[in-house]
Amino acid sequence: MSARRHPLLIPTLTALALLAALASLTLGAVPLSPARIFAVLGGGGDDVARAILLDLRLPRMLLGLIVGAMLGLAGAALQGYLRNPLAEPSVLGASNCAALGAVGALYFGLAQAHPLALPALAIMTGLIGIAALFLLAGPAESPLTLILAGIAIATLAGAGISLSLNLSPNPFAAMEIMSWLMGSLENRAYGHVWIALPCVVVGAALLIADRRTLDALTLGEDGAQALGIDLRRARIRLMLGVAIGVGGAVAVSGAIGFVGLIVPHLVRPLTDRSPSAILLPSMLGGAALLTLADIGVRLIPTGSELKLGVLTALLGVPVFLMHLMRERRLW
Amino acid sequence: MVTIRAQGLSVRLGRHPAVSGVDLELGPGELVGIIGPNGAGKSTLIRAMLGLVKRENGSVLIDGADSARLGRQQIARRIAYLPQGQTLHWPLAVERLVALGRLPHLGPLSRLSVEDEALIDAALMRADALHLKGRVATELSGGERARVLLARALAVGAPALIADEPLAALDPGHQIDVMDLLRAEARAGSLVVTVLHDLGMAARYCDRLVLMDRGSPVADGAPLDVLTAGNLAKVYGISARIETDGDWPLILPTGRTAS
Repeated sequence: MSARRHPLLIPTLTALALLAALASLTLGAVPLSPARIFAVLGGGGDDVARAILLDLRLPRMLLGLIVGAMLGLAGAALQGYLRNPLAEPSVLGASNCAALGAVGALYFGLAQAHPLALPALAIMTGLIGIAALFLLAGPAESPLTLILAGIAIATLAGAGISLSLNLSPNPFAAMEIMSWLMGSLENRAYGHVWIALPCVVVGAALLIADRRTLDALTLGEDGAQALGIDLRRARIRLMLGVAIGVGGAVAVSGAIGFVGLIVPHLVRPLTDRSPSAILLPSMLGGAALLTLADIGVRLIPTGSELKLGVLTALLGVPVFLMHLMRERRLW
Repeated sequence: MVTIRAQGLSVRLGRHPAVSGVDLELGPGELVGIIGPNGAGKSTLIRAMLGLVKRENGSVLIDGADSARLGRQQIARRIAYLPQGQTLHWPLAVERLVALGRLPHLGPLSRLSVEDEALIDAALMRADALHLKGRVATELSGGERARVLLARALAVGAPALIADEPLAALDPGHQIDVMDLLRAEARAGSLVVTVLHDLGMAARYCDRLVLMDRGSPVADGAPLDVLTAGNLAKVYGISARIETDGDWPLILPTGRTAS
């Protein structure tokens, strides 16, 4: 087993993410010739090509990168912090709470009133969820208390989502909520980019700032504190980072599962396996993976467009299982 | 050089008083063994000295400064800590693991310097683990892992080292290696405090023993003054043969005393 980071890991993942981004611009339901695409990229081009590229594909590509990066990073940071390979961005309840806010916006018709009402409400409920988690988990330092409280909050938010489906006035409203919950980057505009980007930047900065805390926690809580880590403050930063970052991501994309769980597992064997070493690769890998999956849903010919969350789970599980079979001796 | 002084130190774990009213002064150049039966409060006492558990009463002074006012990082630079058990949550390379010892000295953005790397190698060398540098820590044997974790604590380069049961899981040869190392650290001017269960090792290596019972020290002094038949009967409920082999005390527990 290698004990150091593969020297080509970061360059390869960066190239992969860039390639995926480029492919996301060039591939889609409407075929555009490379000549038309280059004309638009050069500042000219015809109106139809401009509209498709700049107003439809570009924001979608940006969101794929931003959301994927945040999900990958949050998964990596939480696995390190909770010292649990099962951890993923939803484990603290942040994504369910954000989803509840979005569903509320759909249910009460606020989403129709203004296109940004849904993401704004999602971020607000995500933050309320994390505030509740603070109150529930209290000052205890054990990650288990935090996981248990997170599960409780996630379940409650899930129940709220089910309730809105249960009480939805007509099948169309229920359908709208369901399809949002499956996760998608379809029909997103720059408004969504501007709402997700600041959240993800702040969230990612908070998580990356604590990379050494994550490493120190390899030695357990006492070991980390004796190395000068203030775990109480680190926990506040990590929880806020997840709530703001994942809340912002879920707010624009819907609930996209599995990226945050599998990406850290896929990159870990190519690093020195310290929690800090997988943060950047997980970010790049998440961005590439989600962008590629989003190209997949556009290209796979189905009656109605496949939902992104469905595809990531469908593709993610086999990849994850194969990986697990190879790596299981380590767990 | 560092001095740790506990004054009227009391700690409760839940409702249970684990440490009550301990006064203790530990100074540089000493190898101090903390002994006592299970549940006597040995680990809690040293965790309280490091500020890892909440104190109910009393204070801990590190070089005369109240540890509650010192930041975690300042304590970390003065006292290295080797926790009980061989907790390792990720399969880190030995080199990365030992490098964690440099964390208290790193600024938020700085990387390991050449100097840090040299200290890491020196720590591995002192713990006789330099040849394990490229291995993965979770794939080592118990004895190898113990030495690597000890090297991690040494890499801090602090003037004091507190080790909680460093001999657990070690064969007799490695037990002697670790005790030799701790004594060498003390001889070089460090304060070394270690929780021990092996009375023979404690008697043979330590300059001073603190015998804990039900949360308080009941005896404190030179090994042969602490390890008396009376103390062993009272605190451990055992009888033992206590002899001296040249300058070295030999302690052999022989049975339970009727209680």
